[in-house]
Amino acid sequence: MLYREAGDFKTSYVKDSQTFPIKADRMAYFALLAVAFGVVPFLINDYWANAVFVPFLIYAIAAIGLNILTGYCGQVSLGTGGFMAVGAYAVYKLMTTFPDVPILIHVLLAGGVTAIVGVLFGLPSLRIKGFYLAVATLAAQFFLVWLFNKVPWFYNYSASGQITAPERTMFGIAVTGASTPAWAKYLFCLVILVALAWLARNLTRGMTGRKWMAIRDMDIAAEIIGVNPLTTKLSAFAVSSFFIGVSGALFFAVYLGAAEVGEAFGINKSFLILFMVIIGGLGSMFGSFAGAAFLVLLPVLLKNVLVGGLGWPTDLAAHIELMIVGGLIIVFLILEPHGLAQLWRVAKEKLRLWPFPH
Amino acid sequence: MKKTFTMLAAAAIAATTAAPALADLVVPNLSYRTGPFAAGGIPYADGFNDYFTLLNERDGGIGGEKVVVPECETAYNTEKGVECYEATKGQGALVYNPLSTGITYQLIPKVSADGIPLYTPGYGRTSAANGKIFQWVFNYPANYWDGASVAIKHLLDQNGGNLEGKKIALLYHNSAYGKEPIRTLQELSKKHGFTLSEIPIDSPGQEQKSQWLQVRRDKPDYVLFWGWGVMNSVAVQEAANIRFPMENFIGIWWSGSENDVLPAGDGANGYKALTFNGVGGDYPVYADLKKYVFDAGKASGAGDQSGSVIYSRGMYAAVIISEAIRKAQELAGTPKVNAAQVRDGFEALEITDARLEELGLKGFGQAFAASCGDHGGAGGAMVQQWDAAAKKWNLISGFIEPDHEVLDPLVAEDSAAFAAENNIAERCN
Amino acid sequence: MPDQLLYAIEVSLNGLMAGIMYSLVALGFVLIFKASGIFNYAQGVLALFAALTLVGLQQGQIPFSHVINAIFGTDLHSFGWTLPSVVAIALTALVMVGMAWLIERLVLKHLVNQEPIILFMATIGLAYFLEGLGDVMWGADIKKLDVGLPQGINETIDAVTFNAFGYGFFIDNLDIIAAFVAAALVLSLTLFSQYTKYGRALRAVADDHQAALSVGISLRFIWVLVWSIAGFVALVAGIMWGSKSGVQFSLSLIALKALPVLMLGGFTSIPGAIVGGLIIGMGEKLFEFFAGPLIGGATENWFAYVLALLFLVFRPQGLFGEKIIERV
Repeated sequence: MLYREAGDFKTSYVKDSQTFPIKADRMAYFALLAVAFGVVPFLINDYWANAVFVPFLIYAIAAIGLNILTGYCGQVSLGTGGFMAVGAYAVYKLMTTFPDVPILIHVLLAGGVTAIVGVLFGLPSLRIKGFYLAVATLAAQFFLVWLFNKVPWFYNYSASGQITAPERTMFGIAVTGASTPAWAKYLFCLVILVALAWLARNLTRGMTGRKWMAIRDMDIAAEIIGVNPLTTKLSAFAVSSFFIGVSGALFFAVYLGAAEVGEAFGINKSFLILFMVIIGGLGSMFGSFAGAAFLVLLPVLLKNVLVGGLGWPTDLAAHIELMIVGGLIIVFLILEPHGLAQLWRVAKEKLRLWPFPH
Repeated sequence: MKKTFTMLAAAAIAATTAAPALADLVVPNLSYRTGPFAAGGIPYADGFNDYFTLLNERDGGIGGEKVVVPECETAYNTEKGVECYEATKGQGALVYNPLSTGITYQLIPKVSADGIPLYTPGYGRTSAANGKIFQWVFNYPANYWDGASVAIKHLLDQNGGNLEGKKIALLYHNSAYGKEPIRTLQELSKKHGFTLSEIPIDSPGQEQKSQWLQVRRDKPDYVLFWGWGVMNSVAVQEAANIRFPMENFIGIWWSGSENDVLPAGDGANGYKALTFNGVGGDYPVYADLKKYVFDAGKASGAGDQSGSVIYSRGMYAAVIISEAIRKAQELAGTPKVNAAQVRDGFEALEITDARLEELGLKGFGQAFAASCGDHGGAGGAMVQQWDAAAKKWNLISGFIEPDHEVLDPLVAEDSAAFAAENNIAERCN
Repeated sequence: MPDQLLYAIEVSLNGLMAGIMYSLVALGFVLIFKASGIFNYAQGVLALFAALTLVGLQQGQIPFSHVINAIFGTDLHSFGWTLPSVVAIALTALVMVGMAWLIERLVLKHLVNQEPIILFMATIGLAYFLEGLGDVMWGADIKKLDVGLPQGINETIDAVTFNAFGYGFFIDNLDIIAAFVAAALVLSLTLFSQYTKYGRALRAVADDHQAALSVGISLRFIWVLVWSIAGFVALVAGIMWGSKSGVQFSLSLIALKALPVLMLGGFTSIPGAIVGGLIIGMGEKLFEFFAGPLIGGATENWFAYVLALLFLVFRPQGLFGEKIIERV
C-alpha cells in the first residue's frame, strides 16, 4: 500500500534504468542521506564516533570491496587484512613524505597502491579456484604482515616499528591526529563512503558487474561467450583492493591514529570482514552495510548490556559475548542462509503486496 | 522533532555509559581477562583492583575520597582499547594504565589532546621517559631500555666487568614490544664488545622449535628473552628441552612470572628474570589485605593470585597511582582532584624508602623522584631466579642501575623524532 | 661431514616432525570435508575444547565454576578428586562424541544442501560459540596438560649421532611419540574406511550424498560418526600440542598451521594430509634455516603458504585431491 510501484510510470529510458526505481526507495535513501549528513554530525560525541560510527563507515567500505571480489566475482579472499595494511602503510609513507598534499589525495593514492598490489596477489586466481584460492590469499596476508614488520623503511626506521598518523587538516579542521573533533572524523569517512558506494553500485550494475557475475556463476561458460577471465578477475581484484586500501588508510589515519601491523591487520581482520560480507549477503550492496553494522554494533551493544547493564564481571561478559555472537551467526544462517540482504529483499517483496495476501 | 531525537539520543547515550558518582576518584582498569594474554592480564588486574579495595576499606579511600575502579575488557586488542578509553574518559577518569604497548601507542596522542595522564610502568613507549616531549605520559620506575641495560650490567658483574668476545642472543616477540630493546642492545654490544644475534619469534609464539634449534647450534653464552603470554612458557620448556643452562637465560620482567615456569617443572630451575618490584607474600601489607580484602570476600577475580609476580606488579602500579593522587591532592589543596591535577601529582611524585616502609612494602620498589623532564624514574631493576623445588622466585640482586650514558642520548633521539613528526615543542625549559 | 650439512639434516628431521604435528590437525579437516563437504573452521577450537575438557576432568575442576560463583557468590573451584590420564582421555572422547551429536542435531541438520561458503560460515559461528563455551566452562588461564608423555631431547639419538658425526641431533621425545601416534591413527582410519561397514558407508557419503541416501545409508548417523571421529582426532591433536605449549586460547590457532597442509595435500585425502604435512614442515624449516639469516627470520608463517601456493599453481586440486571436473 505504501511501498508500491503502481502509478509510478517511467517516461524516459534514463528514468527506467535508475538505481532505485520505486519512489519510496528513493525517498528513503535521500532521507537517510539527509539524516547522515545533516543530523548526526550535530549529535555525535567522541564515544559514538570512535566506538560506533567511524568503525562502521570504515568497515562498510572494506565490506563493499570484499563483496565485489567474493560476492560479485566469486573469488574467495582471506587477504583483506594484509591489503588494509598496504593501504595504511601507503598513506603513512605518503603523509610523511609529502606533508603538504591534502589527506584526501593521499587516501585515494593509497587505494591506488593497494589496487596494484591486489592485482599482483590476484594472479594465482587465474589457475586456482574456490577454497584453495582462499588459502592462497592467506599467503598474501601473512607475507604482507611480515614485510611491514621486517622492512624498516615502511615505518620510517622508528625504534618500535609502530606507525603514528601525524595531524592533517582539511579546510582548516583537523581530520587525523588526536585533536580531531568527532564530527570531522565522521563526516570525512562518510563523504568517502558515499562516493565509493555510489561508484561500486554503478560498477556492479553495469557491464563490469555483469562480467564479474558471469565469472562467478560459471566461469567456463563465461569464457565461451567472450568474457575475458584474465581482465575480469584482475579487474575485480583491482577494484576490490582499491576499496580495501582506502578503508585501511582511513582505519589507520582517522580511526586508530597509531597501528602495529601484526595486531591491527592480522588474520582476524580478514576473517572479520569476510564474516561481514557473508552475514550481510554476498553480492549485495545493502548486504555490505548490514553486515558491517551487525558486526560492529553487536559487540558494543552486548558489552554495554552485559557489563554496564547487568554488572557481570568483564571476562565472563566477554566469553558470553563470544557465545552469543557465535550462536547468533548459526541461528541467522539457519533462518536465512543468504544473509541479511536476503531478509531485506524478502521483506520488501512482502511490503510491495501489503496489505494484500497475493 | 529534533528535540525528541536529541532527548532519545541522549537517553541512549546515557544508558550506554554508566556514570559513577561525581565525587569519587575514578581510575579505570583497562584489563584483559580473555584472549591470548589472559594469563598475564588476570593477575595484574587482580593486584590492581585489590590494592584500591584495600585503600577504600581500610582508609576510606585516598584523602577521604573513595576510589572507583571500573573495569573494561580490552582482550589486548587496540580497537577495544580505544572503545574502553572513549567509554570511560567521560566518567572523570584520572589516569590510564592499559598494560599493552599497542594500546599505549594508540592512547599517547589521545591523552595529550584530552588531558588525562597515562601511566605505563615498565612497558609502552620507552622514550616517554622524556617529560620534555611527553607531557602526559609517565613510565617510571623503569622502561625496556633500562631493562636491557640492567641485564647487560648483571652479565658484566658475572663476568668480572668484561663481555669481550661473548655471544648474546636476543629472542624476542616479533612486535613493537619485542623490538624495543634491539637498538639499546646494539649500542651496548658496540660498547662492551659482545656479539648480538637477534632471533624473532612470531606471535603468539606457540612454535619455537626453529629458534631454539638455532640457539643450540650457535651456542650463545647468554640468551635474553622478551616475550609475553604463551611464548614465555613455551620458551622455558624449549630451553629445558635443549638443555640450555638456565642460569644463562634471562627474561625481561614480563617474562618472569609463575605461569611461565611452572609448566616446565624442574627443567626451569635456575631461570632468571628481571623485576622492578618485589615479589612474594612476605610484605606487611598482606596482613591488611588478608583482613580487609580476602577474608571480607572482596578480592578481585578468583582471589587465588595474591603474592604472584604479576599480581605484585599490578599492585605496584596501584601503589604508585594512589601516591600520585595523594600528591595531587596535596598540591591542589583539595581531595577532589581532576585529571590535570593528577598529572601534576605524577610529575612531582617522590617515592622514598621510608614511605614504602610506611605502606607496609619495604623494599617493594626503588626510590625515585620524578620531575618535569624526567618521567622515567631511576630505571633500576633486580634479578630474580626461579627455584623449581620450592616453587618460588628468589631475589639474587639488589637494584641494578642502567647505563644512563648509553641510554640518555637514545631517549633524546627517539623523543625528538616523535616531536618532529607531531610538531611538539619542548617544555620545561 | 661438514657442519652446515649436519645442521641441514637436523633441521629437516625436525621439520618432518613438525609436519606430523600439523598433519594431526589437518586430518580432522580432511575427515569432515570428505564426508560432508564442509570446511570445518572450528577444528582448531574443537582441539582446544577437547584439551580443556581433558585437563578439567583430570584435575577434577567444576565446569562453569566461574559462572556459578558469579551468580551465586560461592567460591567453588574443584571437586577435589583427580582422574588417571587414561580414564580422563576416555571420558573426554565420550564428551566429544556428545558434542558431535549436538552439532549434528542443532547445526548440520538445518543446513543440509546449502552452499559451501554458508556451511563454512556456520562452522565459524560454531568456532566462536565453542571458544566462548570452553572459556566459560573451564576458565581462560593457561593450564598444564600432562598425560605422561615424555618431553625433552631424545638421549639415544643424541648419543648415536654424536658418536657418528661429532654433532648430536636434537629430536624431541614428544615429536617421536606424535609420529607413532599419527601413524597409528592413519593406519586405523585407513583400515576403518576400507574394511568396515561404516567405513564403506563413509566413503559412499563422501562420493555422493543422494546416492548414499538412496541405498539406505543414514546420512545423519554418518555425520555424527564423522564428527565424532574428527573430535577424537582433535583430542589427539590437542593432547600433543597442549603438552608442548600448555592449554590456552592460542591452541586454536594451530588450525591456521594446518591450512597450507590441506592446500598442498588436497582437501579430500588422508594420505595427502600426511604427505602435505611432511612437505610443509620440512620446507618451512629448511627455508627458515637457509634464508632466515638473510632476510630477517620469522618467515615460517608465510612461507608455508607460499610453498603450498606454488604446488597449487601446478596442481590446482592439491597433490592428492580429487580432480576438479567442471561441466558447462
